[in-house]
Amino acid sequence: MDATSAKLLSVRELSVAFRQGEREMLAVDRVSFDIAKGETVALVGESGSGKSVTALSILKLLPYPAARHPSGTIHFKGQELLSLPEHEIRHVRGNDITIIFQEPMTSLNPLHTIEKQIGEILELHRGIRGAAARARIVELLTQVGIPDAESRLSSYPHQLSGGQRQRVMIAMALANEPDLLIADEPTTALDVTVQAQILKLLKDLQTRLGMSLLFITHDLGIVRKIADTVCVMSKGKIVEQDAVERVYTAPQHPYTKALLAAEPKADPAPLQPDAPLVVETRDLRVWFPIRRGVLRKTVGHIKAVDGVSVGVRKGETLGVVGESGSGKTTLGLAILRLISSDGPIVFLGNSIQGLKFKSMRPFRRDMQIVFQDPYGSLSPRMSIADIIEEGLWVHHPNMPREEREERVVRALTDVGLDPEMRIRYPHEFSGGQRQRIAVARAIVLEPTFVVLDEPTSALDMLIQTQIVELLRELQKRRNLTYLFISHDLKVVAALASRLIVMRNGRVVEEGPAAQVFANPQSDYTRALFAAAFNLETAPEGVVAQ
Amino acid sequence: MDAQVTAKTPDTTTVSPVGLVVPPEGHRVDLSPIARRRWENFKANRRGYWSFWIFLVLFVVSLLAEFIANDKPLYISFEGKSYFPAFVTYSETTFGGEFETAADYRDPYLQKLIVEKGGRMIWAPIRYSYDTHNLDLPTPAPSKPTWMLTEKECQAVVERKKLSGCRDLEYNWLGTDDQGRDIVARMIYGFRTSVLFGLILTIVSSVIGVAAGAVQGYFGGWTDLLFQRFIEIWTSVPSLYLLLIISSVLVPGFFVLLGILLLFSWVSLVGLVRAEFLRGRNFEYIQAARALGVSNVVIMFRHLLPNAMVATMTFLPFIVSSSVMMLTALDFLGFGLPPGSPSLGELLSQGKANVQAPWLGLTAFFTVAVMLSLLIFIGEAVRDAFDPRKTFG
Repeated sequence: MDATSAKLLSVRELSVAFRQGEREMLAVDRVSFDIAKGETVALVGESGSGKSVTALSILKLLPYPAARHPSGTIHFKGQELLSLPEHEIRHVRGNDITIIFQEPMTSLNPLHTIEKQIGEILELHRGIRGAAARARIVELLTQVGIPDAESRLSSYPHQLSGGQRQRVMIAMALANEPDLLIADEPTTALDVTVQAQILKLLKDLQTRLGMSLLFITHDLGIVRKIADTVCVMSKGKIVEQDAVERVYTAPQHPYTKALLAAEPKADPAPLQPDAPLVVETRDLRVWFPIRRGVLRKTVGHIKAVDGVSVGVRKGETLGVVGESGSGKTTLGLAILRLISSDGPIVFLGNSIQGLKFKSMRPFRRDMQIVFQDPYGSLSPRMSIADIIEEGLWVHHPNMPREEREERVVRALTDVGLDPEMRIRYPHEFSGGQRQRIAVARAIVLEPTFVVLDEPTSALDMLIQTQIVELLRELQKRRNLTYLFISHDLKVVAALASRLIVMRNGRVVEEGPAAQVFANPQSDYTRALFAAAFNLETAPEGVVAQ
Repeated sequence: MDAQVTAKTPDTTTVSPVGLVVPPEGHRVDLSPIARRRWENFKANRRGYWSFWIFLVLFVVSLLAEFIANDKPLYISFEGKSYFPAFVTYSETTFGGEFETAADYRDPYLQKLIVEKGGRMIWAPIRYSYDTHNLDLPTPAPSKPTWMLTEKECQAVVERKKLSGCRDLEYNWLGTDDQGRDIVARMIYGFRTSVLFGLILTIVSSVIGVAAGAVQGYFGGWTDLLFQRFIEIWTSVPSLYLLLIISSVLVPGFFVLLGILLLFSWVSLVGLVRAEFLRGRNFEYIQAARALGVSNVVIMFRHLLPNAMVATMTFLPFIVSSSVMMLTALDFLGFGLPPGSPSLGELLSQGKANVQAPWLGLTAFFTVAVMLSLLIFIGEAVRDAFDPRKTFG
């Protein structure tokens, strides 16, 4: 940033306030930063820190008039954006500045073909249509690395994978050769392997087209790979702003230090080769039939889980990793008999395969599950106490009220929450607290075996570390056995004593976690690890695109 | 040990969209914060809020119709004893009359008997019940409201009863119908019948509809498929003609009508509740409850029903008003409540038959219009109250 002319975007003292009824909440508090031509600036912070709101105010995409700007200016190529009227800012949007969002599933219209979605932008801003537009669309799709672009033109979004959808989103953003691309958590919803590919693509495109990039993320690992300058945001303020290497090597602000230190420590439960098996499956299969025709004849199967044999010993943690769609979650649900499956399942010495709902009930006391989404897994209409004690009502219907209350209080204390909070409702808690409540619900019955289905994926880095510590602590204290399902290998490395790697419903590799991490055997596992730990892409064909 | 972990960077900043969290004092009686916010939203719709109170007052008043319009005194003190003729039937001989039949308190002869022996009578403000015929009508029925009569019109009655003028007659504030019955009394009783009918029909058909929708949505698959086809066939039955046929076979009383209308009205909520349950059964907290071993019935009642109730509650006032309309329509056509019962539909059809007596039609029209408008306004406020964007926005 040698001269002011090199500055493409300059944000000064920007504040954003949201009105909620009578109260006004300051979401962004006097934030200033610059983006030079060709530069990548990363906004980093946990959810609620105001990073997305900052980005959206550049394009005036906030819900005005509920939102307003008490102070600040945004200069883009000498133009003040905040004071621009709506019809003029529309020329900037999608033309000079474009944006890609986190969720590729919902940012494409499911009823329009790829050609129509990209063509719309070309027609709107450039007036290109017909054969010329078609040629440009093919060019764009090739540019973002979609193979055989010509044949993809008439595809609908549901026919594409998540990574391909995000590529289409990028193609749409690039359609008008913008000067600035805003990427709002573009890889958060994607698998690690796909994430690495998308990051590489963004970096390549940026150098090739010479555009600037404003990259918003909560993941510091990504930032190091892609950004030139980092702005760390916390509670609406930029607490630290510096070149990327300086932030990593010499962080100044305590919050940045805490963020950098927020890597879950690898301290998995030790292997227990002599302990009894808690759960064992042999050749477990979950096949969903594909039915066709008038008579609904079964013409084939989607093999979600296809012949998986696992055994978990008491006190161990079995980590299950793999890309999305590899059957991890299905395996967990099948073991708990929440979906039907084929093949023997032995739980604590009893065969539970084929048992009816009623005869399963006595076993449910010993097997519990914690889900991924802390917002969806707690009933919004029940108080915390009601949620946690529900299992006690089922399994100990005659338990006196005092004892039930005592167990709830103990469970809440165990997960590090104030028992006084039990009269409140889920919406009054943050994501991390909710996940603690979900854990409390699982452990209040004092189970032996808990399935953890991506319990940390929906949480911020700092909170992730806390939940990992909590789970480890509980395992030690209560001698719990975990089946830990995750696509986040850093978290798995912190907890798993054994590991199975799944792909397309099958186990590609298994063994003691330390051994697999140190010396992965299959190409797929190696690609997975490279993407997760170093954000490196694998050669084509090894992982999904 | 755990405290140390959390102490490093506490994630205990409770972001409460309600602002200050008021700790509930009671245990379970207390309104949940969601319910409290909904009540606030309901109140914020001023029109609906006032409609709600006006409707409630009208409804309670009409429930006490016997105290407002009655042809029997509420209380008689006679020879040192207390009598409650409005609630207990006494024979004429009790008060020194000659016949063993039930006393007719409007009879001047009986009134004279009681007053002469130093008895006292307390009457309801309107001395007609819905089925009392005014035997002293100055003009042929339907007779005008008393305050519209000219001295010439009432001359005959005034002379017969030895009164000084029209103003001393017993008032029919809104006139009488074609059988000489007081319209105010009939309006009050008719309002009560309509509202009660609407409420009972709504509640019963909602219970059935919600249960049917819940079963379909929760179990899905074949249950859902068969049930849906059945409902499709059922709703394509021309219900009006069937109603006409059935009510010509059965004697149509209050409960028979209720039953007949119920046959077809329960389907209105099924689709809605079914959709809510279909959506809700895949929520993670339902999975979590299943993993706890909670039985299907409990999951449906505790976890899914509250979600479905939001949509149901929003619809309820509108179902009440359509039930009221249905009863009024049947009465108007003459297939409703048995002849003689107070009903707004019957009043409307009288208004149609006696265009020269506009007080019949106007009374019925305004009663129905006010009642339905109030219900619609309440419905709008309820819809606002349950609007999630208003709740969380």
